[in-house]
Amino acid sequence: MGRSNTDGASVAASTAPGGMHDRVRTENRDAQSSRVPVDRPPLAGIKRRRWNRRTRKDTWVFVAFAAPNILLILLFTYRPLITNIYYSTLDWTLGSASATAVGIGNYVEFFSSPDASNVLGVTAIFTVTTVGGAMILGLLVALALNQRLKGRTFARAVVFAPYVLSGVGVGLVWLFIFDPTYGVLSWILRGVGQVSPQWVNDPKLALVMVTIVYVWKNLGYCAVVYLAGLQSIPTQLMEAAALDGASNVRRFLSIVVPLLSPTTFFLLITSLLSSLQAFDIIRIMTPSGNGTSTLIFDSYLQAFGSYNRAGYSAAISVVLFVGLLIMTAVQLRFVERKVHYS
Amino acid sequence: MSTETTEAPPNRDRPFSWQNLGRTIAGGYIPLLLATLVVFLPLLWMMLSSLKAPGEIVTTNLTLLPKDPNLQNYADAASTVPFARFFLNSVIVTVVGSTIKCILAVFTAYALVFVRFPFKRVIFLLILVALMVPPQVSVLPNYVLIAGMGGLNTYWGIILPGLGTAFGTFLLRQHFLTLPPAIMESAEIDGAGHWRKLWKIVVPVSVPSIATVALVTIVSEWNEYIWPLIVTDHPDMMTLPVGLTQLVNSDGSTQNWGMLMAGAVIVLLPILVIFAALQRYIVSGLTQGSVTG
Repeated sequence: MGRSNTDGASVAASTAPGGMHDRVRTENRDAQSSRVPVDRPPLAGIKRRRWNRRTRKDTWVFVAFAAPNILLILLFTYRPLITNIYYSTLDWTLGSASATAVGIGNYVEFFSSPDASNVLGVTAIFTVTTVGGAMILGLLVALALNQRLKGRTFARAVVFAPYVLSGVGVGLVWLFIFDPTYGVLSWILRGVGQVSPQWVNDPKLALVMVTIVYVWKNLGYCAVVYLAGLQSIPTQLMEAAALDGASNVRRFLSIVVPLLSPTTFFLLITSLLSSLQAFDIIRIMTPSGNGTSTLIFDSYLQAFGSYNRAGYSAAISVVLFVGLLIMTAVQLRFVERKVHYS
Repeated sequence: MSTETTEAPPNRDRPFSWQNLGRTIAGGYIPLLLATLVVFLPLLWMMLSSLKAPGEIVTTNLTLLPKDPNLQNYADAASTVPFARFFLNSVIVTVVGSTIKCILAVFTAYALVFVRFPFKRVIFLLILVALMVPPQVSVLPNYVLIAGMGGLNTYWGIILPGLGTAFGTFLLRQHFLTLPPAIMESAEIDGAGHWRKLWKIVVPVSVPSIATVALVTIVSEWNEYIWPLIVTDHPDMMTLPVGLTQLVNSDGSTQNWGMLMAGAVIVLLPILVIFAALQRYIVSGLTQGSVTG
């Protein structure tokens, strides 16, 4: 790495005094423009042929360079989307050789069973609370980080750290903390004369538990993105408002919040997408999905849990994907607008 | 005149006034310290607990520090499940997977930026959209495909479906677009082909960006859970996160917490060390989307 670094420096250094190359380029252009009117037809023909040969060679280079990656993406990212739709029309036990076509039967079953309201409800609660929690706490942490304080770089790194950690490892650490008998939390609750609730066995509390852990893991990401947004707010604006006698709260509501709105929207969409895909923490903390069956987890349990219902699982995946698609479409539209805005 | 100047200061705090100091501590240091502790304490608790004897964990009288720190929990974990093997599998999958992914990303990004091709915009759009397709919804079809090819419980079966890289390609493309065209033109005048331009110019000047992509890829390969969980059921082929699942009692009643904390340390510590050393690259890589929009 050190060697390639110095190589890079030498290349950059040799090309940095770009005056020579610039001169070459302008001379070329001058020569072309002065010659073009004189003998246009033959030169144009030669140029086109040479250009064609180079283009054809480039085409092969492009294919050789990009094809492996693009084929992998097509095979393992795009193909499954279509295959899933096909699977979702089958009554099919995973691993069995035969399947019967049931049309939209799986969807009818999902939406007419109590499963649907339960799963969709859990998904909605989990998504809204994790997105809201991570964003609000992230903004508060970002505001604290945005002051000129000693150690804020360190604090920024620490707060961000859980975001890069394995959800399985994080889930286990918190499962121990939440343990109703030996966990730290039960010890604290006993200290104030309370009995620890059964976090894992009570479906409602299990959802609260995974929500807390998910927010803990992801709020650092929101904080760092919000911090970048805060630092792009011009300081003169804040100072001018302060001189006009605007209070801290007033400045926050009238300047910071509106100027952060592109950041907020970006975070809202990316957090929604990742919350809807949350798997690791839920799987490790509540393996049976008692009270924590979100769409993604229910889809997993149906196919790879005890039921092996591949077709039904695929139908749930399609429902999830359509939801994600709608949000992605919103994002694309908004990103477009944001680009125009800035 | 003079009264005005003496009246002005009380409006603004003097930098070293007690009032200002108090406000800085209350509004700045306390929230910062609180946030840091909320993140730090659970991880510290994990480390300490992994070094404790069973009697210090299975007790309602908590003690902060282990009386006699030892690695018994790690030994217990290793004798219950093939832990060394899990670690080795994780290292193999991470190293091979991220190396191939980075190479693919460099090649694709170079082709998208510097090689002439008619449908470049369409292909870039294809990659951009793939960035937003959640890997979780493709798990079942990929499982059926890989199982049909005989890839269950194999390294290539774990690695292959994740190899196509939209993230790395996107990030490197954005970086390559910022390289000054003069560098490439000078090489063209020297008669360098694409291969030489790629390895002699583009890669050497892009080391920080490639390092960013490599680090983010390493982190996500190491943490990858749902796919290895599905594609392996033989302990010899499990990665660390999947193997850890084996240590958890599925009935959820009594867990061997010391052993589980030891397992958690093994899966979390390598990434924590990498993050501590190179957090600048990782943070910038993971939050790139917010800047590029």
